[in-house]
Amino acid sequence: MELVQNFPFFSIILALFSGPLCSILDRRAARRVNTAVILLIGAMSLMVLHFTIRTGESYVYQMGHFPAPWGNEIRVGQLEACMASFFCIVMLLCMLSGRRELEREVQTTKQNLYYVMIGLLLSSLLALIYTNDLFTAYVFVEINTISACGLIMIRQNGRTLEAAMRYMIMSLLGSGLLLMGICFLYDLTGHLLMSNIKESVGVLAASGAYHVPLLITICLMSVGIAIKSALFPFHAWLPDAYGYSTLSSSAILSSLVSKGYIFLLIKIFYRVIGFDVIRESKVINVLFVFGIMGMILGSVFAIQENHIRRMIAYSSVAQIGYIYMGFGLGTTAGMIAALYHILSHAATKSLLFVAASGLTDVSDDRTDFLGLTGAGYRNILAGMAFTAGSLSMVGIPAFAGFISKLLFAQAAYETNRKLVLALVALAVSTVLNAVYFMKTVIRLYTPGWRAGLAVSGARIRIKDQPLKSAMLVCFVILNLILGLCSEPVVRLLAEGLERFA
Amino acid sequence: MSRKRTREEYEKTRSFRLKQWVDGSRDPFLDRIEMKPKKPFTEPQEVKERREVDRERMLSRVYDMNRNARLREFHRLYQVFAVLFCVILVVMLLTAVSWLPTVGAEDRPVNNEVAARYIENGLQETGAVNIVTGMILDYRAFDTLGESHVLFTATCTVLILLRQDKKRKRKTNDRMYEPKNDVILQTAARVLVPPIVIFGIYVILCGHLGPGGGFSGGAIIGAGLILYLCAFGFEKTERFFTARTYKVMSFCALACYSLSKCYSFYTGANGIESAIPLGTPGAILSSGLIFVLNICVGVVVAGTMYTFYCMFRKGGY
Repeated sequence: MELVQNFPFFSIILALFSGPLCSILDRRAARRVNTAVILLIGAMSLMVLHFTIRTGESYVYQMGHFPAPWGNEIRVGQLEACMASFFCIVMLLCMLSGRRELEREVQTTKQNLYYVMIGLLLSSLLALIYTNDLFTAYVFVEINTISACGLIMIRQNGRTLEAAMRYMIMSLLGSGLLLMGICFLYDLTGHLLMSNIKESVGVLAASGAYHVPLLITICLMSVGIAIKSALFPFHAWLPDAYGYSTLSSSAILSSLVSKGYIFLLIKIFYRVIGFDVIRESKVINVLFVFGIMGMILGSVFAIQENHIRRMIAYSSVAQIGYIYMGFGLGTTAGMIAALYHILSHAATKSLLFVAASGLTDVSDDRTDFLGLTGAGYRNILAGMAFTAGSLSMVGIPAFAGFISKLLFAQAAYETNRKLVLALVALAVSTVLNAVYFMKTVIRLYTPGWRAGLAVSGARIRIKDQPLKSAMLVCFVILNLILGLCSEPVVRLLAEGLERFA
Repeated sequence: MSRKRTREEYEKTRSFRLKQWVDGSRDPFLDRIEMKPKKPFTEPQEVKERREVDRERMLSRVYDMNRNARLREFHRLYQVFAVLFCVILVVMLLTAVSWLPTVGAEDRPVNNEVAARYIENGLQETGAVNIVTGMILDYRAFDTLGESHVLFTATCTVLILLRQDKKRKRKTNDRMYEPKNDVILQTAARVLVPPIVIFGIYVILCGHLGPGGGFSGGAIIGAGLILYLCAFGFEKTERFFTARTYKVMSFCALACYSLSKCYSFYTGANGIESAIPLGTPGAILSSGLIFVLNICVGVVVAGTMYTFYCMFRKGGY
């Protein structure tokens, strides 16, 4: 076994280890440790990605001295390594760009706890990506939920406390449903290892035995994860949680945490239950309908919103709807489109949050649209970055969002009955996206004197906030890479998905 | 033969004091426990008025059901949907349960090779007489590693939520109202705390030999510490246990856990023989790493329980 093959397990343990370590350090040392750990894990994940592309296979890594059904194991392939490295990159950019806000909004004595939470969150995301055992997945879902809650409420004002409370209640409901699903599956198959469960479920589905509990299990797990990733009817916790927490928290929550759960759902579909069984169970049709409702209603809510960060948060509801619509198409192409959208949405949404905070900085911390009038002139880089993010969200060519919409539309052509519905929803949602994002961009570039407003706020130049500006540029470049060099990425995802099950 | 005592002599004996206490003619604890009377809650008139006006205004703005038709509708729908949701969930789960394999039947899917190996080879392979401990700390140690970090995460989240800075002394600090020198509690604690803690240590150390282990033993020690805190107050406990102690302790325990598991995962996956001897089953120093891991888990659990109590009691220690 080569040394590289050990890296996934090293990165999980390293992230876990960094959590308690940060708790005994002071905030500056904790910050350095955290940045170093994320960088190191990102580098290791990239090396694993290179290794898996070279060998072209996924491999199983045994955790301990006992083989799989008795001990634990993780499984590493292209798709997992790709997700892990991408998550590390986005997390690093989010942490660096939110550093100033973190120091301003969080009590000094509690700042090292923030890095504790980030370390544990990263380890849980990595474990969700790599694990091949359903119960391990649940344990790390718990870590993920609690640490995300900590990230929301570390900026302590009334709104974030309420948001954290809502998040906790909804998220625990989701965890509970997921756990019940796991219990049922264990009772039906006698296994917790994903590959063994799939075998037994295949036998059960072929023989028709235990049809009802199997169906209910699939429902429970899908609904549980849908709640945790804020699919449309379960999105009530989302706008406050993303809108009022500190900058890096909202960026990380929107771009990574919900995606980790969605990746787990993909894993459940492909590796635990088997995609054919899922397709026959018709559960994906329900997901399809809710996805489409989310795409449209999320955008409608965003149009009504007068708070820029809450608007971006509601836009997340719409984008999560896209991903679930991709699942709902029930084809491999739809799943690839959904995977690509996970990447493009993660890159774009964090860009929008960071740019929006740059814009509110120059508007006396006002978040309503009147206050933001002309902010694009006062902070030129943030204005441009926000425009780039908006264009990507709307789906203008050359940006990441365009490719994912294209992939969704192409995937829809492979289905018969869902074609019209999917295309109409895509079109309507794109128009609605354009309405609220272009409204914002136009507002940003309307000079205050023309609108007859006395808008105040100091200008910010690039050299005033060098770190954040550099990160904004990085985000835009990431977006452009995903948009312009989409072909290798899509090929990578397709090959990875093939070897995923 | 008993001899008749004089009245004065009788009044000095214990039985007279007991009689007095039973009669209620004298309280033996009077003047012995120092009780600080709780300060009556006073509020300046204007603060009270402002609070009431604010409350009125908030109620009329937010909860005015008469004028806020949307909210009224929402509340009605909310109740209906809450009941519906619960009923649907209950019906669904009961249906699913009724279709599951029969409990206790021999041909249940869970009676497979996985459980069989745990039961048949658990002792030889892990060296732990208690198979459950062998399962959670050796076969599936990665899950337990995650689980002990869940506890740590939860404690840190509670610290984020409730911890107050020492510089900003709030009026809500309930240290002022603590009963001081409560003789009953202190005597009971003096008798009970050492056995409780020793029993906890025993449960942790013998986790691989019999019922017990890090989680249960840690909970027992935590309970002992909480009792000690209730009896003697924060001033005594802060001499040896502060938030800093907790963090350093958990760091050491979790780091020890991570490192030892790092070793065994690495050797296991790469096919290297582990250098840690399993020892004779039944001896106290046996079963390889399980013994150490039990202690680590115990330390984390005890600290977590105690920290939760301190945080919810007064937000810092």
